[in-house]
Amino acid sequence: MTLIAEAPVGTRPRPRPSDVRRRRQRAETRAGYAFLAPWLIGFVVLTAGPMLTSLYLSFTNYNLFAPPKWIGLDNFRLLFKDPNYLQAWKVTGTYVIFGTPLKLAAALGVAMLLNTAHRGKGFYRSSFYAPSLIGASVSIAIVWKAMFIDHGIVDRIQVFFGFPEGGWVGDPSRTMPMLIMLTIWQFGAPMVIFLAGLKQIPNELYEAASVDGAGPGRKFLKITLPMLSPVIFFNLLLETIHAFQVFASAFIISNGTGGPARSTLFYTLYLYFRGFQDFRMGYASAMAWVLVVVVGILTLIFFRSSKFWVHYSGEGK
Amino acid sequence: MTTAAAMPTGSTVASVSSTAVPSGPTVTVEESARLHRRHRNRTNVRSVVFHVLALALVVVILYPAVWMLVSAFKPTADIVGNVSLIPKDASFDNFAKALQGIGGVSFWRFFTNSLILALGSVIGITLSCSVSAYAFARIEFPGRNVFFALMIGTLLLPFHVVIIPQYIVFSRLHLVDTYVPLLIGKFLAAEAFFVFLMVQFMRNLPRELDEAARIDGAGHVRIFRSIMLPLMKPALVTSSIFAFIWSWNDFFGPLIYLSKPNLYSLPVALRLFVDQTTTSDYGAQMAMAVLALVPVLLFFLIFQRYLVEGVATQGLKG
Repeated sequence: MTLIAEAPVGTRPRPRPSDVRRRRQRAETRAGYAFLAPWLIGFVVLTAGPMLTSLYLSFTNYNLFAPPKWIGLDNFRLLFKDPNYLQAWKVTGTYVIFGTPLKLAAALGVAMLLNTAHRGKGFYRSSFYAPSLIGASVSIAIVWKAMFIDHGIVDRIQVFFGFPEGGWVGDPSRTMPMLIMLTIWQFGAPMVIFLAGLKQIPNELYEAASVDGAGPGRKFLKITLPMLSPVIFFNLLLETIHAFQVFASAFIISNGTGGPARSTLFYTLYLYFRGFQDFRMGYASAMAWVLVVVVGILTLIFFRSSKFWVHYSGEGK
Repeated sequence: MTTAAAMPTGSTVASVSSTAVPSGPTVTVEESARLHRRHRNRTNVRSVVFHVLALALVVVILYPAVWMLVSAFKPTADIVGNVSLIPKDASFDNFAKALQGIGGVSFWRFFTNSLILALGSVIGITLSCSVSAYAFARIEFPGRNVFFALMIGTLLLPFHVVIIPQYIVFSRLHLVDTYVPLLIGKFLAAEAFFVFLMVQFMRNLPRELDEAARIDGAGHVRIFRSIMLPLMKPALVTSSIFAFIWSWNDFFGPLIYLSKPNLYSLPVALRLFVDQTTTSDYGAQMAMAVLALVPVLLFFLIFQRYLVEGVATQGLKG
């Protein structure tokens, strides 16, 4: 007891080590928030604030000119009775469900082809990557449209192979395949990520499997897929979320209408029509929040399910 | 492994056929050379198959882009339905038409607007994201992990949910038809992709460097400016290129915030151009589409390594 009582007396003139540490810690905290300031301000002003505002707006009627009027859940009730809205889900869902897996399959296939040691790999990698940079641009949407119109080059090619004549742009049953082809065309970005992942798989695994008499199919299923699963997970998550947000290509190809016969009425397109053409901001906010909830649930499912199919090997996180 | 397994059978066949040759060792040398050649032939065949496949794929993949480029030089009547990549009578007529612009606004006006937006994005993103990334990567303070998780969360957040209130606020502040709404996010590190990329890059830089600087009495500002920034050059270059290209291609932002044609960036101008020209004038449309992509293609040709590697690291660290 006496020792404890005495100790502070002796050290009083000099600053206590814990004081120094605390002061340094406070300086660190101050520096941390100072450096984080741009992001923090951006987060509050451009993300968190607007999110809460749109949540509020989704329960109101608001047209930008009169003050918002609280209407409870009416927007959400209206949404699920709105045939255009349901159509937007159908279009977007089809695009996500078919486009994303096909794009990733193409990316993985080509990545495996390129992963074999050959000269010119850099050239091929860059060539396949190029469409990812320009694919979502208005320019490419115009080109895509020109390729798929009546008597366009795709029409010519299909006639050459004995298929019936007809463009894709004006045919409601074929606009979706056309847009899915456009997204598959941009397989380069996930391919590059797959390639980097493939490079990390130790060659010894394949050699050992060869000794045990495993064929290429077994090696793919038992080594490549499990070892690549973290990268597959990452690509699947990001590509799925991106696919929900497609806009420019559908907007240009349908001439800003979502047609023909609402076949390209993507979620973002419909939200644009309601929010920025009709200025039904409450309704559009409700749309946005349903999308956030759906994407959130999907993300959660992805992360939960990842325990069962994503393998993290020793070293990595 | 397969070559080793083939060895015994191969050598017995060889020894049977070459019984006339007295000396044993020469046979094995020839034999090994033969096996070697066979192995090389097999890899050669494989390599040919690989290149044929890969080249065929390159042709298919690049065809739309090359077709666009070629079509820009063709008269409209010769574009639709013409698969050929060799223009019969190439001319710059389409480009002349495209450069005239739309509704009294010249093409170069749109080009300059796009350039202002893209360069603004590059400056904003390199400044704000590198500073914020330094806080995440190198400073320990309460709440950091929560903010980091939130930052990653915004990476996955559909933009729809913020765009409407943002628009309302900017229109209240009379900032519609200015570039403020399009650029402010870049200066406030709102693009989490770049923050994330830079955090990952900084975490891989040796900690001893800043520890040594701290012992010498340098504060965070000094460490950031004189140690981190110079070492971060590759990450900054990658971010700048992506920032430029994404801003250059952005369509949704300019579409909702810009209504005066003289403020239009190229993608919105291009859309107006397509709307206003009679649908059949594909020549001029192609020419303008090509012109709109030129900077992106240039960036790609010059910086492809940075781009491809930027994408690769981003994926692996995720």
